[in-house]
Amino acid sequence: MQLFVFICAGLMILTGAIGVIVRSHPVHAALSLILTLFGVAVMYVAQEAQFLAAVQVIVYAGAIVVLFLFVIMLLGVDTAEDLRIEPFKLQRKFAMLVGGGVIGLVTIAAISSRDNLALVKPLPSDAVGSVEIASHDGNIRRLARDLFSDHVLAFELTSVLLVVAVVGTVLLARRAPKSPSETTS
Amino acid sequence: MFAVDLPYWAQSLLRVLGGTVAVLLPAGTIVYLFLFKMMSFMQSRLGPMEAGPYGSMQLFAEVGKWLQKEDIQPAKADKRIFKMAPLIVLVSTFLLVAVVPFGPDAYFTNFDAGVFYMLAVSSISTLGILIAGWSSANKYSLLGGLRAAGQLIAYELPMVLAVLGVVIQAETMNMQTIVLRQNAGAMFGWNGLGNPYILTQFVGFVIFMIAVQAELTQAPFDMPIAESELVSGYMTEYSGFRFLIFFIAEFATAGVFALIASVLFLGGWGVPFSWFGWHGVNDVANWMNIAGPLIMFTKMMVLTFLMMWVRFSYPRFREDQLQRFAWKVLIPVALLNIMVTAVLKVVF
Repeated sequence: MQLFVFICAGLMILTGAIGVIVRSHPVHAALSLILTLFGVAVMYVAQEAQFLAAVQVIVYAGAIVVLFLFVIMLLGVDTAEDLRIEPFKLQRKFAMLVGGGVIGLVTIAAISSRDNLALVKPLPSDAVGSVEIASHDGNIRRLARDLFSDHVLAFELTSVLLVVAVVGTVLLARRAPKSPSETTS
Repeated sequence: MFAVDLPYWAQSLLRVLGGTVAVLLPAGTIVYLFLFKMMSFMQSRLGPMEAGPYGSMQLFAEVGKWLQKEDIQPAKADKRIFKMAPLIVLVSTFLLVAVVPFGPDAYFTNFDAGVFYMLAVSSISTLGILIAGWSSANKYSLLGGLRAAGQLIAYELPMVLAVLGVVIQAETMNMQTIVLRQNAGAMFGWNGLGNPYILTQFVGFVIFMIAVQAELTQAPFDMPIAESELVSGYMTEYSGFRFLIFFIAEFATAGVFALIASVLFLGGWGVPFSWFGWHGVNDVANWMNIAGPLIMFTKMMVLTFLMMWVRFSYPRFREDQLQRFAWKVLIPVALLNIMVTAVLKVVF
Protein backbone atom coordinates (compact mmCIF):
# COMPACT_ATOMS: atom_id res chain seq x y z
CA MET A 1 0.00 0.00 0.00
CA GLN A 2 2.74 2.43 0.99
CA LEU A 3 4.74 1.57 -2.09
CA PHE A 4 1.66 2.02 -4.28
CA VAL A 5 0.97 5.48 -2.85
CA PHE A 6 4.62 6.39 -3.26
CA ILE A 7 4.66 5.31 -6.91
CA CYS A 8 1.43 7.19 -7.68
CA ALA A 9 2.62 10.37 -5.97
CA GLY A 10 6.02 10.05 -7.58
CA LEU A 11 4.43 9.71 -11.02
CA MET A 12 2.27 12.78 -10.30
CA ILE A 13 5.30 14.81 -9.27
CA LEU A 14 7.41 13.76 -12.24
CA THR A 15 4.64 14.21 -14.82
CA GLY A 16 3.91 17.64 -13.43
CA ALA A 17 7.56 18.65 -13.28
CA ILE A 18 8.21 17.56 -16.85
CA GLY A 19 5.00 19.28 -17.93
CA VAL A 20 6.13 22.58 -16.40
CA ILE A 21 9.26 22.52 -18.55
CA VAL A 22 7.90 20.99 -21.75
CA ARG A 23 4.59 22.81 -22.11
CA SER A 24 5.11 25.96 -24.14
CA HIS A 25 1.81 27.44 -22.99
CA PRO A 26 2.20 29.31 -19.66
CA VAL A 27 -1.27 28.34 -18.38
CA HIS A 28 -0.66 24.65 -19.09
CA ALA A 29 2.73 24.90 -17.38
CA ALA A 30 1.12 26.48 -14.31
CA LEU A 31 -1.48 23.68 -14.19
CA SER A 32 1.29 21.09 -14.41
CA LEU A 33 2.91 22.80 -11.45
CA ILE A 34 -0.30 22.18 -9.47
CA LEU A 35 -0.02 18.48 -10.24
CA THR A 36 3.51 18.46 -8.83
CA LEU A 37 2.46 20.35 -5.71
CA PHE A 38 -0.40 17.92 -5.07
CA GLY A 39 1.97 15.00 -5.50
CA VAL A 40 4.23 16.50 -2.86
CA ALA A 41 1.21 16.98 -0.59
CA VAL A 42 0.31 13.30 -1.00
CA MET A 43 3.89 12.43 -0.05
CA TYR A 44 3.53 14.51 3.12
CA VAL A 45 0.31 12.72 4.04
CA ALA A 46 2.01 9.37 3.47
CA GLN A 47 4.69 10.52 5.93
CA GLU A 48 1.96 11.35 8.52
CA ALA A 49 2.61 15.08 8.15
CA GLN A 50 -1.00 16.08 7.47
CA PHE A 51 -0.51 19.61 8.70
CA LEU A 52 2.35 20.19 6.31
CA ALA A 53 0.27 18.71 3.47
CA ALA A 54 -2.61 21.05 4.23
CA VAL A 55 -0.22 24.01 4.33
CA GLN A 56 1.24 22.89 1.02
CA VAL A 57 -2.19 22.83 -0.61
CA ILE A 58 -3.54 26.03 0.95
CA VAL A 59 -0.41 28.09 0.29
CA TYR A 60 0.87 26.77 -3.01
CA ALA A 61 -2.09 25.32 -4.88
CA GLY A 62 -4.65 27.62 -3.34
CA ALA A 63 -2.80 30.91 -3.37
CA ILE A 64 0.49 31.00 -5.24
CA VAL A 65 -0.51 29.13 -8.40
CA VAL A 66 -3.78 31.07 -8.48
CA LEU A 67 -1.67 34.21 -8.34
CA PHE A 68 0.48 32.89 -11.22
CA LEU A 69 -2.62 32.20 -13.28
CA PHE A 70 -4.01 35.59 -12.36
CA VAL A 71 -0.90 37.36 -13.59
CA ILE A 72 -0.72 35.26 -16.76
CA MET A 73 -4.34 35.95 -17.59
CA LEU A 74 -4.31 39.63 -16.64
CA LEU A 75 -1.12 40.47 -18.51
CA GLY A 76 -2.29 38.46 -21.51
CA VAL A 77 0.94 36.51 -21.96
CA ASP A 78 -1.21 33.43 -22.50
CA THR A 79 0.13 32.80 -25.98
CA ALA A 80 2.78 30.21 -26.63
CA GLU A 81 6.28 31.65 -26.50
CA ASP A 82 8.87 31.20 -29.20
CA LEU A 83 11.60 29.23 -27.49
CA ARG A 84 14.28 30.19 -30.03
CA ILE A 85 14.35 33.79 -28.86
CA GLU A 86 16.60 34.19 -25.88
CA PRO A 87 16.07 37.41 -23.98
CA PHE A 88 18.94 36.87 -21.57
CA LYS A 89 22.10 35.45 -23.15
CA LEU A 90 23.77 33.36 -20.48
CA GLN A 91 20.50 32.15 -18.98
CA ARG A 92 20.46 28.67 -20.48
CA LYS A 93 24.08 27.91 -19.69
CA PHE A 94 23.58 28.99 -16.09
CA ALA A 95 20.38 26.99 -15.88
CA MET A 96 22.16 23.89 -17.17
CA LEU A 97 25.00 24.41 -14.70
CA VAL A 98 22.66 24.82 -11.73
CA GLY A 99 20.42 21.93 -12.77
CA GLY A 100 23.35 19.57 -13.32
CA GLY A 101 24.91 20.69 -10.06
CA VAL A 102 21.76 20.00 -8.05
CA ILE A 103 21.28 16.57 -9.63
CA GLY A 104 24.94 15.74 -8.97
CA LEU A 105 24.82 16.87 -5.34
CA VAL A 106 21.60 14.97 -4.61
CA THR A 107 23.00 11.83 -6.23
CA ILE A 108 26.24 12.09 -4.26
CA ALA A 109 24.31 12.70 -1.03
CA ALA A 110 22.04 9.73 -1.68
CA ILE A 111 24.96 7.42 -2.51
CA SER A 112 27.11 8.51 0.42
CA SER A 113 24.28 8.14 2.95
CA ARG A 114 22.78 4.98 1.48
CA ASP A 115 24.10 2.78 4.26
CA ASN A 116 22.86 5.15 6.97
CA LEU A 117 19.40 5.25 5.42
CA ALA A 118 19.18 1.48 5.61
CA LEU A 119 20.01 1.69 9.31
CA VAL A 120 17.41 4.33 10.07
CA LYS A 121 14.64 2.55 8.20
CA PRO A 122 13.28 0.18 10.87
CA LEU A 123 13.21 2.98 13.45
CA PRO A 124 9.87 4.72 12.67
CA SER A 125 7.68 1.69 13.36
CA ASP A 126 9.11 1.45 16.91
CA ALA A 127 9.09 5.21 17.40
CA VAL A 128 5.39 5.46 16.63
CA GLY A 129 4.57 3.08 19.43
CA SER A 130 6.95 4.36 22.08
CA VAL A 131 7.25 8.12 21.66
CA GLU A 132 3.57 8.57 20.83
CA ILE A 133 4.10 10.48 17.63
CA ALA A 134 0.66 9.32 16.57
CA SER A 135 -0.90 10.71 19.72
CA HIS A 136 -3.55 13.38 19.69
CA ASP A 137 -2.53 16.54 17.85
CA GLY A 138 1.08 15.47 18.32
CA ASN A 139 2.08 16.86 14.96
CA ILE A 140 0.66 20.34 15.30
CA ARG A 141 1.48 20.72 18.98
CA ARG A 142 5.13 19.80 18.49
CA LEU A 143 5.37 22.11 15.53
CA ALA A 144 3.91 24.97 17.53
CA ARG A 145 6.14 24.26 20.52
CA ASP A 146 9.24 24.23 18.34
CA LEU A 147 8.21 27.32 16.43
CA PHE A 148 7.33 29.45 19.43
CA SER A 149 10.11 28.36 21.77
CA ASP A 150 13.34 27.35 20.05
CA HIS A 151 12.85 29.19 16.79
CA VAL A 152 10.90 32.19 17.96
CA LEU A 153 13.52 34.66 16.71
CA ALA A 154 13.51 33.22 13.20
CA PHE A 155 9.71 33.17 13.29
CA GLU A 156 9.48 36.82 14.27
CA LEU A 157 12.09 37.81 11.70
CA THR A 158 10.05 36.06 9.01
CA SER A 159 6.95 37.95 10.06
CA VAL A 160 8.90 41.21 9.97
CA LEU A 161 10.04 40.34 6.44
CA LEU A 162 6.46 39.71 5.36
CA VAL A 163 5.22 42.94 6.92
CA VAL A 164 7.99 44.84 5.14
CA ALA A 165 6.94 43.27 1.86
CA VAL A 166 3.29 44.20 2.44
CA VAL A 167 4.11 47.77 3.39
CA GLY A 168 6.37 48.08 0.36
CA THR A 169 3.65 46.79 -1.95
CA VAL A 170 1.11 49.21 -0.55
CA LEU A 171 3.57 52.08 -0.91
CA LEU A 172 4.36 51.20 -4.53
CA ALA A 173 0.80 50.48 -5.56
CA ARG A 174 -0.66 53.57 -3.96
CA ARG A 175 -0.80 56.60 -6.20
CA ALA A 176 -0.41 59.87 -4.35
CA PRO A 177 -3.32 62.19 -5.14
CA LYS A 178 -2.05 64.91 -7.45
CA SER A 179 -4.71 67.50 -6.89
CA PRO A 180 -7.57 67.75 -4.39
CA SER A 181 -10.10 67.08 -7.15
CA GLU A 182 -8.65 63.64 -7.86
CA THR A 183 -8.85 62.33 -4.32
CA THR A 184 -12.19 60.65 -4.88
CA SER A 185 -10.70 57.27 -5.64
CA MET B 1 -15.15 1.92 12.78
CA PHE B 2 -18.05 -0.55 13.01
CA ALA B 3 -19.05 -3.17 15.50
CA VAL B 4 -18.47 -5.76 12.79
CA ASP B 5 -14.95 -5.59 11.44
CA LEU B 6 -15.36 -4.99 7.76
CA PRO B 7 -12.55 -5.66 5.30
CA TYR B 8 -10.75 -2.64 3.91
CA TRP B 9 -12.50 -2.70 0.54
CA ALA B 10 -15.97 -2.81 2.14
CA GLN B 11 -15.10 0.12 4.38
CA SER B 12 -13.82 2.08 1.40
CA LEU B 13 -16.97 1.28 -0.58
CA LEU B 14 -19.16 2.38 2.33
CA ARG B 15 -17.20 5.59 2.63
CA VAL B 16 -17.49 6.39 -1.06
CA LEU B 17 -21.24 5.65 -0.99
CA GLY B 18 -21.68 7.68 2.19
CA GLY B 19 -19.72 10.56 0.72
CA THR B 20 -21.83 10.56 -2.43
CA VAL B 21 -25.02 10.59 -0.39
CA ALA B 22 -23.66 13.30 1.91
CA VAL B 23 -22.94 15.47 -1.13
CA LEU B 24 -25.93 14.80 -3.36
CA LEU B 25 -28.73 14.58 -0.80
CA PRO B 26 -28.20 18.09 0.64
CA ALA B 27 -27.74 19.48 -2.87
CA GLY B 28 -31.05 18.05 -4.06
CA THR B 29 -32.92 19.10 -0.94
CA ILE B 30 -31.53 22.61 -1.05
CA VAL B 31 -32.37 23.06 -4.71
CA TYR B 32 -35.95 21.79 -4.40
CA LEU B 33 -36.90 23.22 -1.02
CA PHE B 34 -35.10 26.53 -1.16
CA LEU B 35 -34.28 27.41 -4.76
CA PHE B 36 -37.61 26.24 -6.18
CA LYS B 37 -40.12 26.60 -3.39
CA MET B 38 -38.83 29.19 -0.93
CA MET B 39 -37.69 31.56 -3.66
CA SER B 40 -41.10 31.28 -5.32
CA PHE B 41 -42.82 31.91 -2.00
CA MET B 42 -40.73 35.03 -1.40
CA GLN B 43 -41.56 36.26 -4.90
CA SER B 44 -45.32 35.55 -4.52
CA ARG B 45 -45.52 32.77 -7.08
CA LEU B 46 -46.09 29.04 -6.92
CA GLY B 47 -42.90 27.69 -8.44
CA PRO B 48 -42.88 24.26 -10.11
CA MET B 49 -46.25 22.52 -9.60
CA GLU B 50 -46.65 20.13 -12.52
CA ALA B 51 -44.11 17.35 -12.04
CA GLY B 52 -45.28 15.24 -9.09
CA PRO B 53 -47.15 16.50 -6.02
CA TYR B 54 -46.18 20.15 -5.44
CA GLY B 55 -43.58 19.80 -8.18
CA SER B 56 -41.43 17.49 -6.08
CA MET B 57 -40.29 15.56 -9.15
CA GLN B 58 -39.19 18.75 -10.89
CA LEU B 59 -35.60 18.08 -9.80
CA PHE B 60 -35.43 14.84 -11.80
CA ALA B 61 -37.00 16.54 -14.79
CA GLU B 62 -34.33 19.24 -14.64
CA VAL B 63 -31.49 16.73 -14.34
CA GLY B 64 -32.91 14.78 -17.28
CA LYS B 65 -33.09 17.96 -19.31
CA TRP B 66 -29.47 18.86 -18.63
CA LEU B 67 -28.25 15.37 -19.41
CA GLN B 68 -29.99 15.39 -22.78
CA LYS B 69 -28.52 18.70 -23.90
CA GLU B 70 -25.64 18.80 -26.32
CA ASP B 71 -22.19 19.22 -24.80
CA ILE B 72 -21.13 22.34 -26.67
CA GLN B 73 -17.57 23.64 -26.64
CA PRO B 74 -16.57 26.97 -28.12
CA ALA B 75 -14.35 26.64 -31.20
CA LYS B 76 -11.48 28.59 -29.67
CA ALA B 77 -11.74 26.99 -26.24
CA ASP B 78 -8.84 25.13 -24.70
CA LYS B 79 -10.67 21.81 -24.94
CA ARG B 80 -8.94 19.70 -22.31
CA ILE B 81 -8.92 22.39 -19.66
CA PHE B 82 -12.46 23.38 -20.55
CA LYS B 83 -13.61 19.81 -19.85
CA MET B 84 -11.54 19.49 -16.70
CA ALA B 85 -12.64 22.67 -14.91
CA PRO B 86 -16.12 21.62 -13.64
CA LEU B 87 -14.69 18.35 -12.36
CA ILE B 88 -12.07 20.19 -10.28
CA VAL B 89 -14.83 22.21 -8.63
CA LEU B 90 -16.89 19.07 -7.91
CA VAL B 91 -13.89 17.13 -6.59
CA SER B 92 -13.14 19.89 -4.09
CA THR B 93 -16.69 19.47 -2.76
CA PHE B 94 -16.25 15.72 -2.37
CA LEU B 95 -12.90 16.17 -0.65
CA LEU B 96 -14.51 18.72 1.67
CA VAL B 97 -17.18 16.33 2.96
CA ALA B 98 -14.51 13.76 3.84
CA VAL B 99 -13.55 15.66 6.97
CA VAL B 100 -17.04 16.20 8.43
CA PRO B 101 -17.88 13.90 11.36
CA PHE B 102 -21.48 12.63 11.40
CA GLY B 103 -21.46 10.60 14.59
CA PRO B 104 -19.23 9.11 17.30
CA ASP B 105 -18.06 6.43 14.86
CA ALA B 106 -19.68 7.65 11.66
CA TYR B 107 -16.94 9.66 10.05
CA PHE B 108 -14.98 9.33 6.85
CA THR B 109 -11.64 10.44 8.23
CA ASN B 110 -10.62 11.61 11.64
CA PHE B 111 -7.28 13.34 11.72
CA ASP B 112 -5.67 16.13 13.65
CA ALA B 113 -5.32 18.81 10.99
CA GLY B 114 -9.01 18.54 10.06
CA VAL B 115 -9.89 22.22 10.19
CA PHE B 116 -6.81 23.12 8.24
CA TYR B 117 -7.52 20.42 5.67
CA MET B 118 -11.03 21.83 5.24
CA LEU B 119 -9.64 25.30 4.53
CA ALA B 120 -7.02 23.94 2.15
CA VAL B 121 -9.42 21.82 0.13
CA SER B 122 -12.01 24.56 -0.15
CA SER B 123 -9.39 26.74 -1.82
CA ILE B 124 -9.03 24.26 -4.71
CA SER B 125 -12.36 25.28 -6.23
CA THR B 126 -10.82 28.69 -6.97
CA LEU B 127 -8.54 26.96 -9.45
CA GLY B 128 -11.42 25.24 -11.19
CA ILE B 129 -13.38 28.47 -11.53
CA LEU B 130 -10.37 30.44 -12.73
CA ILE B 131 -9.43 28.00 -15.49
CA ALA B 132 -13.10 27.53 -16.43
CA GLY B 133 -13.28 31.26 -17.08
CA TRP B 134 -10.02 31.34 -18.98
CA SER B 135 -10.46 28.25 -21.15
CA SER B 136 -13.88 29.34 -22.43
CA ALA B 137 -12.17 31.87 -24.74
CA ASN B 138 -14.88 34.38 -23.96
CA LYS B 139 -14.26 37.81 -22.50
CA TYR B 140 -17.28 37.65 -20.19
CA SER B 141 -16.14 34.30 -18.89
CA LEU B 142 -12.59 35.54 -18.35
CA LEU B 143 -13.84 38.61 -16.50
CA GLY B 144 -16.11 36.42 -14.38
CA GLY B 145 -13.29 34.00 -13.65
CA LEU B 146 -10.89 36.78 -12.61
CA ARG B 147 -13.52 38.41 -10.44
CA ALA B 148 -14.34 35.07 -8.85
CA ALA B 149 -10.68 34.33 -8.12
CA GLY B 150 -10.15 37.77 -6.60
CA GLN B 151 -13.24 37.37 -4.48
CA LEU B 152 -12.49 33.84 -3.32
CA ILE B 153 -8.95 34.76 -2.28
CA ALA B 154 -10.17 37.86 -0.47
CA TYR B 155 -12.87 36.00 1.47
CA GLU B 156 -10.75 32.99 2.28
CA LEU B 157 -8.75 35.09 4.75
CA PRO B 158 -11.68 36.15 6.98
CA MET B 159 -12.84 32.53 6.85
CA VAL B 160 -9.49 31.20 8.09
CA LEU B 161 -9.28 33.88 10.76
CA ALA B 162 -12.87 33.28 11.93
CA VAL B 163 -12.22 29.56 12.30
CA LEU B 164 -9.05 30.25 14.31
CA GLY B 165 -11.17 31.58 17.17
CA VAL B 166 -12.85 28.19 17.45
CA VAL B 167 -9.50 26.42 17.20
CA ILE B 168 -8.09 28.52 20.04
CA GLN B 169 -11.10 27.82 22.22
CA ALA B 170 -11.20 24.11 21.49
CA GLU B 171 -7.39 23.73 21.67
CA THR B 172 -7.52 21.38 18.70
CA MET B 173 -7.90 21.28 14.94
CA ASN B 174 -9.60 17.89 14.99
CA MET B 175 -13.23 18.28 13.90
CA GLN B 176 -14.37 15.31 15.98
CA THR B 177 -12.71 16.67 19.11
CA ILE B 178 -14.25 20.09 18.47
CA VAL B 179 -17.69 18.42 18.53
CA LEU B 180 -16.86 16.60 21.76
CA ARG B 181 -15.53 19.74 23.44
CA GLN B 182 -18.73 21.60 22.69
CA ASN B 183 -21.08 18.88 23.90
CA ALA B 184 -19.09 17.88 26.96
CA GLY B 185 -18.39 21.48 27.88
CA ALA B 186 -20.20 23.69 30.36
CA MET B 187 -21.11 27.33 30.61
CA PHE B 188 -20.12 28.70 34.04
CA GLY B 189 -20.57 25.27 35.53
CA TRP B 190 -24.01 24.69 33.97
CA ASN B 191 -23.84 21.92 31.41
CA GLY B 192 -27.49 21.69 30.38
CA LEU B 193 -26.72 22.89 26.89
CA GLY B 194 -23.08 21.95 26.59
CA ASN B 195 -21.03 24.84 25.29
CA PRO B 196 -21.84 25.48 21.63
CA TYR B 197 -19.26 27.90 20.30
CA ILE B 198 -21.86 30.04 18.58
CA LEU B 199 -22.38 31.70 21.97
CA THR B 200 -18.75 32.53 22.68
CA GLN B 201 -17.67 32.86 19.05
CA PHE B 202 -20.69 34.68 17.68
CA VAL B 203 -18.53 37.20 15.85
CA GLY B 204 -16.57 34.35 14.31
CA PHE B 205 -19.82 32.61 13.31
CA VAL B 206 -21.16 35.70 11.55
CA ILE B 207 -17.86 36.28 9.73
CA PHE B 208 -17.71 32.61 8.75
CA MET B 209 -21.20 32.63 7.30
CA ILE B 210 -20.55 35.86 5.35
CA ALA B 211 -17.31 34.40 4.00
CA VAL B 212 -19.12 31.19 3.02
CA GLN B 213 -21.70 33.23 1.17
CA ALA B 214 -18.90 34.94 -0.74
CA GLU B 215 -17.03 31.68 -1.37
CA LEU B 216 -20.16 30.27 -2.98
CA THR B 217 -20.46 33.40 -5.14
CA GLN B 218 -24.06 33.74 -4.00
CA ALA B 219 -25.94 37.00 -3.82
CA PRO B 220 -25.15 39.54 -2.43
CA PHE B 221 -21.63 38.46 -3.42
CA ASP B 222 -22.51 37.27 -6.93
CA MET B 223 -20.50 39.85 -8.83
CA PRO B 224 -18.52 37.08 -10.66
CA ILE B 225 -21.67 35.52 -12.11
CA ALA B 226 -23.72 38.69 -12.43
CA GLU B 227 -26.40 37.76 -14.97
CA SER B 228 -27.18 41.27 -16.13
CA GLU B 229 -23.63 42.21 -17.09
CA LEU B 230 -21.54 39.06 -17.34
CA VAL B 231 -24.23 36.54 -18.40
CA SER B 232 -23.26 34.08 -15.63
CA GLY B 233 -19.52 34.79 -15.84
CA TYR B 234 -17.33 31.71 -15.91
CA MET B 235 -20.34 29.45 -16.62
CA THR B 236 -21.43 31.26 -19.78
CA GLU B 237 -20.06 28.76 -22.27
CA TYR B 238 -20.98 25.62 -20.37
CA SER B 239 -24.03 23.63 -21.37
CA GLY B 240 -25.48 20.20 -20.78
CA PHE B 241 -24.01 18.01 -18.08
CA ARG B 242 -20.95 20.21 -17.53
CA PHE B 243 -23.23 23.04 -16.47
CA LEU B 244 -25.10 20.53 -14.34
CA ILE B 245 -21.84 19.66 -12.57
CA PHE B 246 -21.21 23.32 -11.77
CA PHE B 247 -24.79 23.59 -10.55
CA ILE B 248 -24.58 20.52 -8.31
CA ALA B 249 -21.17 21.62 -7.01
CA GLU B 250 -22.51 25.03 -6.04
CA PHE B 251 -25.39 23.71 -3.95
CA ALA B 252 -23.52 20.71 -2.62
CA THR B 253 -20.78 23.05 -1.44
CA ALA B 254 -23.42 25.22 0.23
CA GLY B 255 -24.62 22.11 2.07
CA VAL B 256 -21.14 20.97 3.04
CA PHE B 257 -20.15 24.41 4.31
CA ALA B 258 -23.35 24.45 6.37
CA LEU B 259 -22.34 21.06 7.79
CA ILE B 260 -18.90 22.40 8.64
CA ALA B 261 -20.37 25.51 10.24
CA SER B 262 -22.65 23.33 12.35
CA VAL B 263 -19.63 21.27 13.45
CA LEU B 264 -17.59 24.34 14.33
CA PHE B 265 -20.25 26.48 15.95
CA LEU B 266 -23.41 24.49 16.71
CA GLY B 267 -22.08 21.34 18.32
CA GLY B 268 -22.13 19.11 15.25
CA TRP B 269 -23.76 15.69 15.53
CA GLY B 270 -23.92 15.69 19.30
CA VAL B 271 -26.54 16.42 21.89
CA PRO B 272 -25.29 17.90 25.18
CA PHE B 273 -23.73 14.91 26.89
CA SER B 274 -25.17 15.79 30.30
CA TRP B 275 -28.69 14.91 29.08
CA PHE B 276 -27.78 11.25 29.06
CA GLY B 277 -25.02 11.34 31.63
CA TRP B 278 -22.21 10.73 29.14
CA HIS B 279 -18.71 11.96 29.93
CA GLY B 280 -16.63 11.31 26.84
CA VAL B 281 -16.74 9.81 23.40
CA ASN B 282 -16.56 6.28 24.86
CA ASP B 283 -19.81 6.71 26.82
CA VAL B 284 -21.78 7.87 23.81
CA ALA B 285 -24.47 5.34 22.95
CA ASN B 286 -24.34 3.54 19.63
CA TRP B 287 -27.67 4.92 18.44
CA MET B 288 -25.97 8.29 18.07
CA ASN B 289 -24.44 6.90 14.86
CA ILE B 290 -27.98 6.93 13.43
CA ALA B 291 -29.26 10.03 15.24
CA GLY B 292 -26.08 11.99 14.61
CA PRO B 293 -26.44 12.29 10.83
CA LEU B 294 -30.10 13.30 11.28
CA ILE B 295 -29.13 16.00 13.78
CA MET B 296 -26.44 17.20 11.40
CA PHE B 297 -28.95 17.28 8.56
CA THR B 298 -31.38 19.37 10.62
CA LYS B 299 -28.68 21.85 11.56
CA MET B 300 -27.54 21.99 7.94
CA MET B 301 -31.08 22.79 6.80
CA VAL B 302 -31.35 25.63 9.32
CA LEU B 303 -28.04 27.12 8.22
CA THR B 304 -28.70 26.77 4.50
CA PHE B 305 -32.10 28.35 5.11
CA LEU B 306 -30.28 31.39 6.53
CA MET B 307 -27.88 31.43 3.57
CA MET B 308 -30.68 31.21 1.01
CA TRP B 309 -32.75 33.82 2.85
CA VAL B 310 -29.86 36.26 2.54
CA ARG B 311 -29.37 35.20 -1.07
CA PHE B 312 -32.94 35.98 -2.07
CA SER B 313 -33.20 39.19 -0.06
CA TYR B 314 -30.17 41.37 -0.63
CA PRO B 315 -29.10 43.31 -3.72
CA ARG B 316 -25.67 42.77 -5.23
CA PHE B 317 -22.49 44.37 -3.90
CA ARG B 318 -20.45 46.38 -6.36
CA GLU B 319 -16.98 44.91 -7.03
CA ASP B 320 -15.03 47.57 -5.12
CA GLN B 321 -17.50 47.53 -2.22
CA LEU B 322 -17.13 43.79 -2.07
CA GLN B 323 -13.34 43.89 -1.85
CA ARG B 324 -13.36 46.78 0.62
CA PHE B 325 -15.81 44.92 2.83
CA ALA B 326 -13.49 41.89 2.99
CA TRP B 327 -10.21 43.72 3.57
CA LYS B 328 -11.29 46.68 5.66
CA VAL B 329 -14.15 45.26 7.72
CA LEU B 330 -14.13 41.48 7.96
CA ILE B 331 -10.39 40.86 8.33
CA PRO B 332 -9.77 43.48 11.05
CA VAL B 333 -12.83 42.31 12.99
CA ALA B 334 -11.69 38.70 12.66
CA LEU B 335 -8.18 39.61 13.89
CA LEU B 336 -9.71 41.44 16.84
CA ASN B 337 -11.84 38.38 17.56
CA ILE B 338 -8.72 36.20 17.64
CA MET B 339 -6.96 38.61 20.01
CA VAL B 340 -9.91 38.77 22.41
CA THR B 341 -10.36 35.00 22.30
CA ALA B 342 -6.67 34.40 22.98
CA VAL B 343 -6.63 36.83 25.91
CA LEU B 344 -9.79 35.33 27.42
CA LYS B 345 -8.40 31.83 26.89
CA VAL B 346 -5.29 32.72 28.90
CA VAL B 347 -7.23 34.57 31.61
CA PHE B 348 -9.86 31.89 32.26
